[in-house]
This record gives sequence, structure tokens and C-alpha cells, in this order.
Amino acid sequence: MISSLSDNVTKLNSINRRMFIAGSLKFFIMVGIVSRLFFLQVKENKKYLTLSDKNRIREWKLAPVRGEFRDYFGSVIAGNFEAYQLHVIPEQVEDFRYVIYRLKDLLDLSDSQFKKILKKKRENKPWETLIVSDNLSWEKFSKINNHLYDLNGVKPVISISRNYPYKDNFTHVIGYVSQANERDIETTNIIKKNFVPGLKVGKIGLEKTFEEKLIGSNDIERYEVNAYGRRISQLEFQKGEKGKTLKLTIDTKVQQLSNKLLKDQAGSICVMDIYTGSIIAMHSSPSFDPNLFVFGISQDEWQMIRNDPMKPLVNKTLQGNYSPGSTIKPIVALSALENRIINPNFTVRCTGKSEMYGQTYHCWKKKGHGYMNLRNAMKQSCDTYFYEISRKLGVDKLSDTAKKFGLGKKVFGDLFEIEKNGLVPSTQWKKNALGKGWLLGETMITGIGQGYIQTTPIQLCLMTAQIANGGYKIYPKLVINEASSEKLDKYVPLYENSKNIKIIQDAMFSSTNEVMGTSYRSRIDDIKYQFAGKTGTAQVKKITEKDRELDLKTFEIPYEERDHALYVAFGPYKQPRYALSILVEHGGNGSTTAAPMAKELFKLIIDRHELRESIKNKKYMDI
Amino acid sequence: MYQHSRLNKNNLNLFQKFKNFDYILLVCILLLGFISLATMYSTDGGQILFHTKSHFIKLSVFTIMMIIFSFVNIKYWFSVGYLSYIGVAALLIWTYFFGITSSGSQRWINLYFINLQPSELMKIFIILCLAKYFHRMKLQNVNSIYTILTSLIIILLPMGLVIVQPDLGTSVLIAISGIAVLWFAGVNYKYFIYTLLGFVISLPFIIAFLKPYQKLRVLSFLNPDRDPLGAGYQIIQSKIAVGSGGIFGKGFLKGTQSYLEFLPEKHTDFIFTLFSEEFGFVGSIILLLVYAIIIYRIIAIGANSRSYFAKIFCYSFGASIFVYITINMSMVLGLLPIVGSPLPIMSYGGSSMLATMTGFGIVMSSRVHNQQSIA
Repeated sequence: MISSLSDNVTKLNSINRRMFIAGSLKFFIMVGIVSRLFFLQVKENKKYLTLSDKNRIREWKLAPVRGEFRDYFGSVIAGNFEAYQLHVIPEQVEDFRYVIYRLKDLLDLSDSQFKKILKKKRENKPWETLIVSDNLSWEKFSKINNHLYDLNGVKPVISISRNYPYKDNFTHVIGYVSQANERDIETTNIIKKNFVPGLKVGKIGLEKTFEEKLIGSNDIERYEVNAYGRRISQLEFQKGEKGKTLKLTIDTKVQQLSNKLLKDQAGSICVMDIYTGSIIAMHSSPSFDPNLFVFGISQDEWQMIRNDPMKPLVNKTLQGNYSPGSTIKPIVALSALENRIINPNFTVRCTGKSEMYGQTYHCWKKKGHGYMNLRNAMKQSCDTYFYEISRKLGVDKLSDTAKKFGLGKKVFGDLFEIEKNGLVPSTQWKKNALGKGWLLGETMITGIGQGYIQTTPIQLCLMTAQIANGGYKIYPKLVINEASSEKLDKYVPLYENSKNIKIIQDAMFSSTNEVMGTSYRSRIDDIKYQFAGKTGTAQVKKITEKDRELDLKTFEIPYEERDHALYVAFGPYKQPRYALSILVEHGGNGSTTAAPMAKELFKLIIDRHELRESIKNKKYMDI
Repeated sequence: MYQHSRLNKNNLNLFQKFKNFDYILLVCILLLGFISLATMYSTDGGQILFHTKSHFIKLSVFTIMMIIFSFVNIKYWFSVGYLSYIGVAALLIWTYFFGITSSGSQRWINLYFINLQPSELMKIFIILCLAKYFHRMKLQNVNSIYTILTSLIIILLPMGLVIVQPDLGTSVLIAISGIAVLWFAGVNYKYFIYTLLGFVISLPFIIAFLKPYQKLRVLSFLNPDRDPLGAGYQIIQSKIAVGSGGIFGKGFLKGTQSYLEFLPEKHTDFIFTLFSEEFGFVGSIILLLVYAIIIYRIIAIGANSRSYFAKIFCYSFGASIFVYITINMSMVLGLLPIVGSPLPIMSYGGSSMLATMTGFGIVMSSRVHNQQSIA
């Protein structure tokens, strides 16, 4: 009993001692846990708070609203329209199979479209929006709306998309937009920054050039999401800004007339204000409907555009390198006068052909023009006369004058990446490019706009405008609210002696308004509309002796071998204001094909002149 | 006279029993129950849904059970010490053959109205069994080879049965409960030191025998960023939740981490994470304080108990509860690898609560019958 009692005491001592040890241990562990809590919750709180927000908040960017293009008078030429779309969130649909087959019926979806949708559905998460149709007609859209009671989970949505109301009229100026591809995202920072799936960006033309201004900024939605990425609630909506609206100098009416005049033909028309350089119209034919590209063009339509022999994808105004033909003659004559090679009374006898250095150079008129002075030679476009003066002038002096007046280099600078330089040959150029010496015969054919020389229609227009405005340098422009086009050497005189310009203007006047003039039949006698011009006929192949004997009419020659018809002009003659250049590919003859178009154009342009001026005088643009 | 009074103490009437109650402990347990209900309500997204309802029912039933248990004389608890251990061990064997498999381990017995997890019960009854085993033993016999081997067998048998389920976490907790009893019974210090050393040395070999998912847990504990969306996910998200709670927390029902389902297992093992996110550092300290008071009361009851059995049970149970709490918290705070261990009372789970409440009942019984000596 006693031993058990003492044993009990030792046992109690032992257990109490051990309790004390355990208790101390517990205390230290507790302190450890509390300090860990303190570390996480107080000291590192900020870090974990950020991590928690990063967990739960996710941003969704919405496609920005693209800026518009407007013409000079403010009408929208590339705008936005409300596209009717159909979205389905598969997770919210009770019976997806039923709904999707019902939609297939209602929308007449083709099998391939249907398969594409099903494929997209498989790739998406079930709570992600599935776009069944991105651009529904109003009829189908309302049809769906009538059947909504039957289509649980289907959402009709109105979204903003690009629209070109004038269809093919402006395609070669403003270009078109389409879905951004990887290259667009890689090469353009602003696209990368604003990218959302389905974003449409400019592919060619001004739509591409001014991407940065037009694109606008995204609407941003901030959502709270759960661990699986499902949106729980919207926290914030940040409205994006619409892209900048760009106002062009183009007059839609003139542009439309250009399109109409060139209907079913390949060619180009451009019209320019000779003082401001504003482009009134700039059209390349044939064109195509840019709306086709907005939602992705179908393979068939693409092949049709691509394989069209008239090459709608080529912007002939800027990309087309053509021999200028006789439209170069004003510059040749001007150069000869400026370099004092001839005076206006210098006379050459044209017999229809002239032998020179063992070669025969033909005038277009077989019988010959007889004795020609400068004015007559321009009027009747006598080739023999220009062979002679260019021979005297030499190609290098001619080249200097031509370049001064805007040939041989890009008219719009960096505005269009597709624009071509054209080519103004010189002895130096030939040596560098072809490694051969210049031949005198080549000078002679350059003098009538054949041979190496190549110009784009917009260059011819600029050249004509700078002759028409009295010989002063101008910079053509397309976009009004772009200050960058103001250059220092604007309105710098391009001539040595202003009298020479007058002589050329007068010679061009005679060509259109006097009997025997090459474009006499296209003249307008009314002083208000009276214009002066120069025809041109550019050969596309060398004329053989046999061809000369046959002397076929244009319609008898195969299309590809017909001459290009050209015409440059300015008007009204008394107080010049506008210049234009017309090119009809394989149009045959400048005086019969191109010049009559100028008559119609001048009527419209001059009629609309006052309206145009009235807009300019307005202090505030009402955009 | 002395005999008389002792006789009186032995047969207390109901009123006396109520008088002997440890009301501080009871209030703390009820408070903990209330906190756990509120937290459970938050895990249900601020609605009274399945988990909240079920937790409430279990809490009510088991609290009443605990009060009834506390009226049971401590000597009856002493007398069922071996029997209950054998009973639970039998249940574990039953589980091995006929248990319900869920998420890869066979832990539950279907009792039609409740799915019972016998391994949780073993955490308590192993203490009861060993406490009885050491109750009458002379101190010099405690360190005999025979005693130590017997007690080791008592510990290793249920451990083995639980490991095969497989449930490493619970088996470790069972072992710790058993070792706690050995500690208080007076097993020589050197054994503990040797065991600890042996454990540390054999750790690499143990890891080699771990199942791949367990190895991943250990690895991702050592470096959670190794696989942030895989094995490290739970630790990272739990730390983010706790850390973002700050001093005062995000507010009741406003824990974004749990509300937005970033937290795994938020009803059970990670309930403290949710609580800590919503109530912050201050709330966590208060919760820890409640637990500390409970443990303190358990130890105080043990200290005031007349019988060695009650003493050893209370001390061991207190130590076990402490270990459960610290292991769970260390786990969610990224101090220990993820092992499945619930937070007593707070975590959702009937078996765990049944075991804990039974333990509280026995502790309360030792308090009510603190003058009872066991022959």
C-alpha cells in the first residue's frame, strides 16, 4: 500500500513534469503559427491581395469602333453599320443539338458552314460565346427573333461593322478592311495593342495607311471570374474611343462619274485642284466591292476578281506604269523653250516620216503635216516636229524638266505603299540600269512618249496641273485633316520664264478648241467650261511595216494589242482650276476614247465648283 | 466520515453533476460550433444549403451526445477502454474488406444513415485504450521491453489498417495520439529521442516508399511554384487566400478566393483558409484563442482529476487536439506538406466531429467525476 502510494506520487511527479515540457512545446509552436499568420496576413498582405485580384479579375476587350471616311462634302464613304449577329452560349442551351439543327433550318446554313460551327463549338469552352452567324440579313434576323421562344440560349446581337455604301467607287482610294491576320498583328503595334478576335483592320489603301488613326480604342470590360474562368459579375466598363474620322478631298459625284465613264473598260481617271493639289476624283477601273472582304470573301468571288483579265486588283492610277504617248509633248516643248533650244516660231516640215541615222521615224499622219511651228505641232500632235526638237534638246535636259514637273517619282510619297515611281530615262540612268550608252534614236522616241519613259496616270495629272497653275509646285493631297502634307517648297516656281508656260497652255488650248486640233471634237465652246488638253496614244507593241500597210481600225486589232488612250487637260481655260488625266487601257486612240470623257467630267466639275468653294469657306466643318 | 463523503461523491445526483460541469469549456465548444456554422454558411455561398444544414444537425446531435457522455461515470469509460479499441479496430478491418471507396481510398463504412470513418474514431479510442493500459502500471514497469512492445503493437495495428486505405494523414495522427500517451505515461526520454533520430534518418527511405501523389505533395510543399496549376495549386491558392485577408479580413461572405472556387476542399481541410480570408489576422487570433482556452481547460481538468487514468487521458487528448490544430493550420499556411487532416469541430465531417465530441465527453466526465478514483 505504501509502495503503491509512493509509486503514485512519483507517477504524478513524472506526468506533471512531462505536462510542463509538453506545455512549453505547445506554447512555442503556437507562437510559430501566430507569427506565420502575422507574416502572411500583415506583412505580405499587399502581395497576396494583388495575387488574389489577379486571380479573380479578368479583362475582356471589345472590338473598337473604327473611324469613318467622309468625302469633301461630308457624306460617309466608309462607315459603320449594325451587323446582325447570332450568338449562342452552348452551356445555356438545354438541348444544343436541337437548337443548332433548328438554326440550320431557319438560316439555310450550308453543310460546310454547319460543320465549321460545330468545330468551333468543340474548341470553345461551354460558356464561351459561339458566333453562329456574323452578318445576317434583316429578314433572317427578324425570322430568328420570331422563333426565339423555341431557341433557348440563342442571342440575337447587333454589332458594329465596316460598311462601304458606295461599293466599288472608292475601293482603290480607301481600300478595305478584313480580319486581322498574324502578319498584321506582328508588324503593326497598334493592332497588337487593340487586338481582339474578329478585329478588322485595313488591308490596302488609306484604310491601311491610317490604321493608327482609324482603329480607335477598345471598350474594356472587367469581370470577376471564378477558378474556371467563368464570368461571375461585371466590375467595370471602360468605354473606348471611336477612331478618328478622316475627311477626304474627293467629290463623290465626280468619283461616281469617273466610275461610270470607265464602266466595262480598264483604265484610270484622276482629277486635281491645280492650286491646292486636292484630289477631286481618283478612280481605277475595273474596281470591286470592298464589302465582300469585310466578313471574309468566298473562294469563288475571290477567284473571279483575281482572274479578271482587266485586273481589278491593280490600282492603275498609282501602280500602272504606262508610256505617256503624246501627253508628254507639252513637257518636251516646254523643256525646249526653257532651254532656249527653240522659239515658238521654230518650224519643221513634216512629210509623214523622216530618215535619221539609218532609221525611219514615222509621224502618226502618213501624209505628213507639212510646215509646222510649235503651236501647230502641239495642236495636231505632229510627231516629226517633236522628233526634231527632242533631238536638239537631248534626253538629259528633257529628263530634268520632266522630273521637275513630277514625273519619275511617287506623287503621294508614303501614302500608298503600292504607288510606283514611273521612269524618266536619262543617259546616266541607262548606263547604270542597263549598262549601255544612250542612243540618239532613243531620245527621239522619248520625245513622243514612247520607249523607256513610263508614267503613272496620277503623275500625268500632277504634271498637267503644274502647267495649268502657271508652273508652280503643288503637293497632291487626299486627306483634309492631315497637316503633314504641307511642304516648304509648295508654290515654288518650276519655270525659268513664265512666258514659256503661257505658250504651252495656249498650244494645249489650240489642240482642243481649234479646227485640226486632236481633241477638237470634244471641245466645249461655253467659256465657263472651256478646257485645254492634250491627247495621247501609247503603243503597247512596236508597229511593224506590215501593220502600217494594213492600217487597221481599233476594233479590228486584238484587245491586248490595242493602243492605250490617254488624255490630259485643264480647265476652265480662262481661269484654270482643275486638271485631269484619263487613261483607257487598250482604248485605241486618245482623241476618240479618252478626250470625250474629259468633256463630261469638266461639265460636272465646274458645275460643282461653287458648291465646293462654299464648303471651304465655312469656318467649322460639320462632321 | 471520510468514507461517507467519498461515497457521496461517487454517486452524484443530476443536479450535482450539472454543478460540476466545466462551463467555460462548454461555452468555448459552443462558440466554436457557432463559428464553424457561420463559416460553413459562407462556404455554401451565403445560403443555407446542404453543408450548413448537415453540419448544424451533426453539431446539435453530437453536442447533446457529449453532455450525455459527461454524465457517464469516468470508471465506466475506464472499463470500456480495451473493448472500444477492439471494437474500432474491428470496424477498421471491416472497412478494409467492405468499406466504401471514394476518391481513391477506402475509408468509410456505410451505416445507412451516416457514412462512418472508423479511422477518425481510432484517434480517440487509442488514447482511451493506452490510458487504461498505463493506469495501474508501476513507473518502473513502464520502460520494460514488454510494455513498450505491447503499446507499440497497440499503436501500429490501427496505423497499418489506416495506411492501407490509404490515408497517411490520419494514420500519422493516430500514431501521434498514441505517442502522446506514451509520453505522459513516462516512457523514457531516450526512446523519444531515438525515435525522432531514426525517423529523420529514414525519411529519404520513407519518401521512396510514398505513393506518387504523396511524393508530389511533399515536393510541391518544398517548392509550390514548381507546378502552380497542379500539385502546388492548393498550397498557393490557400496562401493567397490567407494572405489577402489582411488584418481585418475581407468580411463575412466576401472571401473572393473561396467564393470564386479557387480554394479546394474548402468545407473540410481548408476551412481555416476561408475563415482566415474573411476574418483576417484578428479573427484567426480569436479562433486560436478559443482553441487555446479549450486545450487549457482540458489540461486543467486533467490536473484536477483524482484518477491517474483521467489525468493521462486529458493530457493526451489535449495534446492530440493541439497537434490536430497545428498540423491543419501549418498545412494551410504552407508550413507542412498537404496531409488530409481536419480542423477539430470546424471542418465538415461527421466522424471527425463524433470522435472529437466523444473526447470532450470523456474529458467532461472526468471533470464531473473528478473525485472518482478508479481501483
